[in-house]
Amino acid sequence: MSLVLNVLSVLAVCAGAFFFLAGTVGLLRFHDPLCRLHALTKADNIGLGLVVIGLLFRAASPLTALKHVGVWLLVLLAGATVTQLIAHIARPSGPRA
Amino acid sequence: MSFDIGLTLLVLAVAAWTIAARETFVAVVGFVAYGLLLAFVWVRLAAPDVALTEAALGSGLTGGLLIGASSRLRRSQSPAAEEAPGVVLKAAAAVLSILVSAGLAAIVLLLPDPAPTLAPQAAASIAATGLGNPVTAVLMAYRAIDTLLEIVVLLLALVGIWSLAADRDWGGRPDRRVSTDPVSVLTFVAQLLVPVGILVGIHIFWVGSVAPGGEFQGATTLAAMWILASMAGLVDAPAVTRRWLRLVLVIGPAVFLAIGLAGFALAGAFLAYPESHAKLLILIIEIPVTLAIAATLALLVAGPPERAQR
Repeated sequence: MSLVLNVLSVLAVCAGAFFFLAGTVGLLRFHDPLCRLHALTKADNIGLGLVVIGLLFRAASPLTALKHVGVWLLVLLAGATVTQLIAHIARPSGPRA
Repeated sequence: MSFDIGLTLLVLAVAAWTIAARETFVAVVGFVAYGLLLAFVWVRLAAPDVALTEAALGSGLTGGLLIGASSRLRRSQSPAAEEAPGVVLKAAAAVLSILVSAGLAAIVLLLPDPAPTLAPQAAASIAATGLGNPVTAVLMAYRAIDTLLEIVVLLLALVGIWSLAADRDWGGRPDRRVSTDPVSVLTFVAQLLVPVGILVGIHIFWVGSVAPGGEFQGATTLAAMWILASMAGLVDAPAVTRRWLRLVLVIGPAVFLAIGLAGFALAGAFLAYPESHAKLLILIIEIPVTLAIAATLALLVAGPPERAQR
């Protein structure tokens, strides 16, 4: 049983790491600020989400698992907000008055 | 091991980049990233208390202060470029910095092995304080005088910032760029996040007695929530002459000092606690101190009064 959990955990964390890598490459390679933001939020949202899912398989207690999910939700909220604020200023037509 | 080496190289690279950055804002961004990486270093060194403080105060709040400073400096940046220091002054500063770094490195490297430590004594006496976190025992019991002085220094820094106010604005409110759009994303996130953040701040403060956390980290979180709400335009900074505001700022150090002086009568020394009531007294000190630190930090970021009271 623990072997299955470990395999699932490693798979999920690796998938999360892949999204972080893809997001970083996108951040470095995309030319448009909005595209770069898109790449960055993919790493934040899905990448961190997959890492958290991977850690859930190894969580010591339900409370720890809940804290992991809480961290992910807070990062989702912060990431989405900051992206909106940056995009608002960076969009080609300029910030809305 | 290789992770630690990579982390160390990254910290050094970000530090060098921060110094080499030409624009103030870029340097501030580098400084914030540097602080967060440094927090990782503290975690790797098994010092989560220091890591929390570095992330909250060293990187987060100081970063916020520096961003405010850099946006105020933007207008004067190009005229100031002509007064930039010459090669000789820069070289002298570099030599001085290298000497200080070399001195610090020498001190660390010349320490006897194992390094001298008071950790066994601290662990042996912790039962007398009633606390479970040795770091909090050091901050609130063994070296309470240091903590008291730190809080007073914060208050003095605020007095220094307030003294920058123009005469006509004195007694007014600090100027914050407030969002006037009632349905903006920032308003939404402030409404959603501030209650959560206040809970997290109180939690960090409360677990400080048995686990990593404490009044400085908790107070920084509380201050950050106030800053978020004020940026979203949900709350306005109070006028600096308000009596309740002055009371909140002063009550922390005042209670600390009063209990410290009572230590002469109760336990025979300044800032000594009678063993039977040590934890209760520490808690009585910590609550107003947390409030005072949170208010002081928030007002440090808010800046000097710039709008005259109407």
